[in-house]
Amino acid sequence: MNSIDYIRPTTVDEAVSLLAKYKEKARVLAGGTDLIVQMRGGRYQLDAVIDGKHIEELNQLTYSKENGLVIGAAVPCHKIYGDENIASAYPGIMDSATLIGGIQIQGRASLGGNLMNAAPSADAIPALIAHNAVANIVGANGTRSVPVEDICSGPGRTTLDTGEILVSISVPAPSKGFGARYIRFIPRNEMDIAVAGAGVSVQLKNGKIEAARVALSSVAPTPLFVENAGNSLVGKEPSDENIQAAANLAKEAATPITDMRGTVEFRKHLCEVLTRRALHTAVERAREEN
Amino acid sequence: MTTTYEPNKVLSNEEFKVVGTRPIRPDGADKVTGRAQYGADYNPADLLYAKVLRSPHAHARIKSINVSKAESLKGVLAVVTGADTIAPKKGESADFGLGPQPMKYLRDNAIATDKVLYQGHAVAAVAAQDVHTAEEAVNLIEVEYEVLEPVLTAPEAMAKTAPILHPDLTTDEFGNSNVADHFQHKMGDIDKGFAEADVIVEREFDTATVHQGYIEPCNVTALWNDDDRIHVWLSTQGPFQYRDALALALDIPQSRVKVTPMEIGGGFGGKFPLYHELAAVLLSRKTRRPVKIVMTRAEVFGGTGPTSGSNVKVKMGATKDGRIVAAKTELRFEAGAYPGSPVGAAGMTSFAAYDIPNVIVDGYDVVVNKPKAGAYRAPGAPNAAFGIEQVIDELSKEIGVDPVEFRLQNCAKEGTRRADGPIHPKVGGIETLEALRDHDHYQSPLTPAKNGGKVGRGVAFGFWFNAGLQSTATISVNGDGTVNLVEGSPDIGGSRASISMQAAEVLGISADEVKPKVADTDSIGFSFGTGGSRTTFATGWAAYEAANDVKSQLIERAATIWGVDPNSVEMEEGVLRSKTDTELSMTFKELSAQLNDTGGPIIGRGSVNPAGVGGAFAANIVDTEIDPETGKVDILRFTMVQDAGKAIHPSYVEGQMQGASVQGIGWALNEEYYYSEKGTIDNSSFLDYRMPTSLDLPMIDTVIVEVANPGHPYGVRGVGEVSLITPQAGIANAITDAVGVRLESMPMKPSVVLDAINNQG
Ligand SMILES: Cc1cc2nc3c(=O)[nH]c(=O)nc-3n(C[C@H](O)[C@H](O)[C@H](O)COP(=O)(O)OP(=O)(O)OC[C@H]3O[C@@H](n4cnc5c(N)ncnc54)[C@H](O)[C@@H]3O)c2cc1C
Repeated sequence: MNSIDYIRPTTVDEAVSLLAKYKEKARVLAGGTDLIVQMRGGRYQLDAVIDGKHIEELNQLTYSKENGLVIGAAVPCHKIYGDENIASAYPGIMDSATLIGGIQIQGRASLGGNLMNAAPSADAIPALIAHNAVANIVGANGTRSVPVEDICSGPGRTTLDTGEILVSISVPAPSKGFGARYIRFIPRNEMDIAVAGAGVSVQLKNGKIEAARVALSSVAPTPLFVENAGNSLVGKEPSDENIQAAANLAKEAATPITDMRGTVEFRKHLCEVLTRRALHTAVERAREEN
Repeated sequence: MTTTYEPNKVLSNEEFKVVGTRPIRPDGADKVTGRAQYGADYNPADLLYAKVLRSPHAHARIKSINVSKAESLKGVLAVVTGADTIAPKKGESADFGLGPQPMKYLRDNAIATDKVLYQGHAVAAVAAQDVHTAEEAVNLIEVEYEVLEPVLTAPEAMAKTAPILHPDLTTDEFGNSNVADHFQHKMGDIDKGFAEADVIVEREFDTATVHQGYIEPCNVTALWNDDDRIHVWLSTQGPFQYRDALALALDIPQSRVKVTPMEIGGGFGGKFPLYHELAAVLLSRKTRRPVKIVMTRAEVFGGTGPTSGSNVKVKMGATKDGRIVAAKTELRFEAGAYPGSPVGAAGMTSFAAYDIPNVIVDGYDVVVNKPKAGAYRAPGAPNAAFGIEQVIDELSKEIGVDPVEFRLQNCAKEGTRRADGPIHPKVGGIETLEALRDHDHYQSPLTPAKNGGKVGRGVAFGFWFNAGLQSTATISVNGDGTVNLVEGSPDIGGSRASISMQAAEVLGISADEVKPKVADTDSIGFSFGTGGSRTTFATGWAAYEAANDVKSQLIERAATIWGVDPNSVEMEEGVLRSKTDTELSMTFKELSAQLNDTGGPIIGRGSVNPAGVGGAFAANIVDTEIDPETGKVDILRFTMVQDAGKAIHPSYVEGQMQGASVQGIGWALNEEYYYSEKGTIDNSSFLDYRMPTSLDLPMIDTVIVEVANPGHPYGVRGVGEVSLITPQAGIANAITDAVGVRLESMPMKPSVVLDAINNQG
């Protein structure tokens, strides 16, 4: 049992220099709903925990129809869904923010933490991918912006370098005819890890699909962006057959494992069911937006 | 006139003043304010903290244990291993609610000596100045194992080629094998019975290992004092059984061990056995300081006694006119690492709810590389009922008769003989089924689907025999007309209230004028533990005896004061009066104020070991919705009907019925120990061991039927267990009703239900 430094920087620069000092012996703390549980479980042997909740940029939450949404990396779910304008503009992200954990967890848990934790089952990541979100990262070598689908590199691993910090997530403003949806399958009705999940979005124009994105959770080493499933819908009508074809592509793309939460076959099957159901709802939502 | 639907009904035949009312519970204030002292809250001066090292293997021989690194870590005060335990004498046994079990096995289960027999089996323990040091130190203990092949289910463990767990475990029938026991109950002529049958259904069922899921983890604080007396504070259902088992394990007289039962956050049968307590006591013997161990949730799953997984074959036959004429079952139960599964109780209750002339029940107790099974609410009965109640459902469908009418037609009643021998005394099976049949739920159409799935309804019916056993109570009279009641039954489900109320009824005072106290083992006579649905029945009866003892002394005292013959004085509704002289009358309160000056204080005592235990029946109706694309089952409506004999405090009877229903729903749908091929548990957390959350449950409606038990002063039958027997089969029957397939394994989790639907003929 070693003791750990708890440090509370107030600027991104300060955080970055602390990360440079402690290297892999430090982790950033947002809501702590993953980090603290994992530390108690012995996953890390840390020298320092760097609390990001007192850095202004990590707490920003801004939205405009022109510039879209910027979510600070430490903003808890309840603040996001508590803003009516954001809630109505980003239905897929809302689905995720309102189902992570329960009310108590949502009081703390952030989408940034969900992304940086990089669990294959993370419920926010497929919705962020569906919404074309981009992660804004700062390190000793400066700032870079990376599409969310390029962030996770394996279970619990990201493409961030040691010493880098996630500052915020930017999500473009949806235009008319946009709809999105995230659903997951769990055996109970709350407090569970997705056996499989599907985050999707569609952009309708004149009754046809102009763009679509499909991402899955819990069926690969990382949340899985299934580009061809979305692309298969482009230029087509949102008919049952076309949606079914896209759902079949999602099923084919999935490479799950068998564990206590589900078998390979069951999870692949769920990818088809969930993608189909999510696309239908996304289309309905897109039509409501017209 | 419209009547409003009542979710909780009591069908009462006899009314009393206190019994049958719903006073506020005596332990309520402490529990809702957080002041109640649970085991983990107890922190005596000089306390040390201990951690247990547990086996990572399901089956292995311990070749060596090296504790020197752990011992030399700063802050470590003592380390114990199996070598520090005392070899039990031959023939010694202890009973933790599943019948007497050899002390050697119980000791080896508490700390392994030669072999580890399941992942989570305790191997050593360390006491240190803080819990973190203890945690670090256990990881410094070096154990060399010879890993052996594990065997995880009863049918596999019974195979000729199976790895053998105990080289000394033999039976006449099987020689040295994993079968610890085989019994048979037989009645009538089974072949003749099946020959008479027009319809025969035969199926085989499997159920997974499940845990009681009590919220409070097991905990203990033990002090081996400098006078060699031992004091143990813990969360237990059976303080006296604990005391006696610890004394046996340590080879010392009972009187040197004192057990203080702390408040208990759930037990359901699982808080009887000896677990880490022996390690705590041995660590305290070495350090002469109090030593505390609190399990993590993973340790609770891996290192305590869940209930058995099982394999159950059922064959039943009925005539076209709806009479069950033959029934046969083979019960193969996993005992876990040491003999003693609840297969015996499963054998006693299989078919016991019915009047069937020709029956054979075969039971096998089989050791496997899993934690030693503990008791769990109606131990064994739900496993058997999962199969039997589905076969009965199928028979009723094949014959074309309503499943409740079919059960009514074959229901056991007074005089019906059970296959295991006993003849039912007055029981309330028929009344329970009639209440179910007439219930609004059964009379209403199927609950509509919430999410566009398929809906179905199922029913199931069950019997549990309940227990009697020894209890004691004392009552002392206070000067203000109240009494103090001391008893020895840990209060898990409101028994302080239900016991006090029986004393209050006798004395003609209100429930809150009785102050109950659950005492330690030095302060009250032997009382068997809280389990077997026995506490309100037996400890309540002891309180009733103690109150009657007080009452007769009060009558004598009043007679002395008045200078009359005690036979001419009576006490009713809290007033003492002369039967002949209307002038002579005083209240209990008035008399209590005079006791000290008229001969001294009055105390009463009660000690019982009652016969006259009343068995109980339960039946339930459940509406389910199934998503045919995912196999997920949702419970839409659920009603539990149970014969309580007499509900002393109806709210706590309803609580028992609702709690058991919820446990049954969890067991039915998702709960299981998920094992890897190596025999390790992959889901020892509440995240992946999926008990139902509030969002998974409808309100559970209840009906308390009261067919008084003639063997108890207020007609009490036990209420804590029987309603866990039926929900699993009820849900299986509802799934069949919805999607047309039979589920032959539990849990009926989504993937299993989906596979069954997809494999449908
Ligand atoms: C009871 C319970 C239920 C849960 N249910 C769900 C659920 O339904 N779905 C789901 O997806 N998850 C669930 N989780 C997991 C967790 O709540 C979510 O992943 C949550 O979004 C994590 O956010 P956080 O702010 O708490 O992250 P933290 O725990 O603070 O951090 C998570 C990880 O990200 C790193 N990190 C945080 N901020 C940064 C940063 N700015 N830069 C770099 N790295 C950073 C941390 O070092 C850590 O490794 C549950 C957890 C609990 C305890």
